[in-house]
Amino acid sequence: MKKRYNDIITALLLVGAALFILLPLYMTILIAIKDPSDMNQVLSFPKLLRLENFADAWRMTKFPRKFFNTAFITVVNLGFTIITNSFVAYAITRNRKKSKFFGIMYYYFISAMFIPFCVIMLPLVVQANIFHLDNVMGITFLYVIFGLPMNTFIYSGAVKSIPIALDEAAKIDGANPLQIFWSVIFPVLKPTTATVAILSFMWTWNDFTMPLVLLSDETQQTLQLAQYVFKSQFSVNYNLAFASYVMVILPILVIYIFCQKWIMSGVVAGAVK
Amino acid sequence: MKKKKRGVEPIYYAGVGIMGVLFFLFHTISFLKGVFYSFTDWKGYGDWNFVGLRNYLQIFKDTDTISAYLFTFKFAIICTILVNIISLILACALNSNIRFKNFVKGVYFLPYMLGSVIVGFIFNFIFANLIPAVGQHLGIDALSTNLLGTTSAIWGIIFVTIWSGCAFNTLIYLSGLQSIDTDVYEAAALDGAKGLRKFTRITFPLLAPSFTINMVLAAKGYLMVYDQIMAMTDGGPGISTTSIAVLIYKKGFGGGQFSYQMANAVVLFIVVVAVSVFQLRVLEKREEKIG
Repeated sequence: MKKRYNDIITALLLVGAALFILLPLYMTILIAIKDPSDMNQVLSFPKLLRLENFADAWRMTKFPRKFFNTAFITVVNLGFTIITNSFVAYAITRNRKKSKFFGIMYYYFISAMFIPFCVIMLPLVVQANIFHLDNVMGITFLYVIFGLPMNTFIYSGAVKSIPIALDEAAKIDGANPLQIFWSVIFPVLKPTTATVAILSFMWTWNDFTMPLVLLSDETQQTLQLAQYVFKSQFSVNYNLAFASYVMVILPILVIYIFCQKWIMSGVVAGAVK
Repeated sequence: MKKKKRGVEPIYYAGVGIMGVLFFLFHTISFLKGVFYSFTDWKGYGDWNFVGLRNYLQIFKDTDTISAYLFTFKFAIICTILVNIISLILACALNSNIRFKNFVKGVYFLPYMLGSVIVGFIFNFIFANLIPAVGQHLGIDALSTNLLGTTSAIWGIIFVTIWSGCAFNTLIYLSGLQSIDTDVYEAAALDGAKGLRKFTRITFPLLAPSFTINMVLAAKGYLMVYDQIMAMTDGGPGISTTSIAVLIYKKGFGGGQFSYQMANAVVLFIVVVAVSVFQLRVLEKREEKIG
């Protein structure tokens, strides 16, 4: 009885997953490899494979440039975010009892989490123009800064659970504060670093709003923005458009398949804190 | 005995100080500038004058803004409720002893990984081409037109939002469910609790912390809905699916209404904070009552 009940749930879940989640993605891939003349029966298997779609989409979106921009933003942001934000969280958490300054900074960063991006969107563009941040370098810098509240919050929870005796032992051994942080604390923070890394990777790779308002120069744009090329045309060549979408989704998909467990636990850890 | 107060190493001050200054310069100053300009008639360039509360009073007279607020609230309420109901059902199903568990879980979480713009574009095609084709084939009039071009376009956007939004909420509920001690269920079974009663009396109350997180994050996110709308309807047809964030972007940059839309953004900020605080108060009180 109990077993049959579970089988019904399994079946329902599988059908739901296939119909609602896998079908649209399956359709995306099919359209990406079809010939435009073969679109009458969208969900039928392609009569002939047309891989030129990818090559054409590659040229139309200027894929290499956009991919480089997106990858640069994502990777550089990741490196800087992890190093600077974890150190800030460590410095704040360990010194809050000793100096008021760190307590104030903690609440300052945390309270900034309540300011939604669309509220500062307009003045940020003005500010970014003054400092010439309307390019790939600039937006990467802004991502590092804007991620600070959330990451400080996540990291400081983890630092709190590291016994202070660890710091003291290293200090007695003659390590300076930077050495203590880098060779003692940072390695212990690894699981939290994974969480932060996953969240910031997802944010920068998939972000649309910030590049849209800041990166008006075409050579500076990201992959997400590049997809707009297909929307602005009068008659959309869906095959090219979908080939392009597949190229944007693919890196994410590959990472997801290999790090699924990590990603899921990272997202939960980030939210529950 | 009084403990000797140790000094703080200067490197800590330097690290936190530098990041604090940078954060202040680009985040806080932007915010304060925005609030400042909301009291002026600045267009984004040229000179400006103080106009006091005129921009704020204008919000209540402007039909575009009022309709954007109505749309945003309708959208946020429907999405928050539907996403949470569906996620809860999915999480309970995924938590039972099913086969292919990891695979099924992986599939349901997949939409979270995809950017909302591309998801929006993919569903544009489905609404514009696939569904009408199927509708005409089966002779169903309701399905034969592009939903996104009609007055019901909001439901298309809601569908896509649920499609990508359930992944995250389901995961949070699932981790909440997994943290419930199985002893509780055994005790409940001895007392004769079964089925729906078991869910309403035991499972759901114990999920209170997950419920709080999901409700607050969902409402906050959906009040600021932006990406999906830009990708799918661009606020149309007409202005029927223009959310506040979309309105701020379109009119603030393109419509010469910089300071007025800034006032709008400040109001949106207050609304979002007020809704979050209200939800936290109510839901945390509920948690205490249960715990």
